[in-house]
Amino acid sequence: MKQISILLADDDDDDRLFFSEAIEQLDLDIALNTVVNGVELIDYLKHPETRLPELIFLDLNMPIKGGIECLIEMRRTDILKNLSVAIYSTSSAQKDIDECLIHGANIYIKKPSDFGILKSILYKVITINHQYHSTGLSKDNFLMVI
Amino acid sequence: MKLVLGYQIHVLARKVVEKELGKIGVTYKYHNSSQLELLEEIPYSHLQKLKKNLEEYGIHIKETQRDQFIQKIKDTVTELIYSEEYYSFKTSNILAEKLNLSYGYIANTFSEYTLNTLENYIILQKIERAKEMILSDEYTLTEIAYKLNYSSVGHLSSQFKKITGLTSTSFMRIIKQRNLLLTKYND
Repeated sequence: MKQISILLADDDDDDRLFFSEAIEQLDLDIALNTVVNGVELIDYLKHPETRLPELIFLDLNMPIKGGIECLIEMRRTDILKNLSVAIYSTSSAQKDIDECLIHGANIYIKKPSDFGILKSILYKVITINHQYHSTGLSKDNFLMVI
Repeated sequence: MKLVLGYQIHVLARKVVEKELGKIGVTYKYHNSSQLELLEEIPYSHLQKLKKNLEEYGIHIKETQRDQFIQKIKDTVTELIYSEEYYSFKTSNILAEKLNLSYGYIANTFSEYTLNTLENYIILQKIERAKEMILSDEYTLTEIAYKLNYSSVGHLSSQFKKITGLTSTSFMRIIKQRNLLLTKYND
């Protein structure tokens, strides 16, 4: 089985640490990269040397360039159009969920505060996304709220 | 004028392989002249395309038997779900019959080499098919439930919600709004 590469964009140090600890404890072979804001995210993704990740976790509330702005920019960029994007947010407002999905997010995750729950959510999201990725299923209809 | 040509077959082969891999845009590394590793997963359709393109040059990709077997399971599942008679099938029986192996063996091999159980894979594929049918506007939810072998429309609805986190109505509304937005971008 090949390694699964994922990318997290989150400006909060504690959240990034919480996330990477959960990833490490999953029984999966994952390479995790992190960026700390939206500008860095887009620069990283557009860099010619970058190996595009299988899945991006995107925090909604980041300074300078927020999650939605990044999402819109990715969906309008040819090479980034088909990347799987999971929004990772503290908001559980229907308005926010709808807005993200309509602008092209595949997955909407309500950030849990419980470590065990985070692990099970991440496992589910990563393995389901992997099915789309490795089977070559179209991601046009891939929507998930968890 | 006569020209005498000298070939270096391995250089030639390597150039062709590199060109075709470049078209797919995948990163890779050579282990030796006949073995290379793709450094990222590529969709099966891309692999098939690569295989076909290389065959024109007489270069064959040798897939492992295990990969072929997993793919065969996936293809059989898709074929079943798209079949008009799917409503009358019991998936596990038909799979065992078509592949001429016990369902237990098939399911164990599948979960050992993919990140999913076969049962979950089948559910995921059925839900994908349900999405296509919902978006086509040609079927009622009751018809979809029947065609996809659900015991009731309630069973389909609850499985849809469990897998996607959305009701089928919200799913349809979001996809429609998304398409509307896409049309706006493109104008």
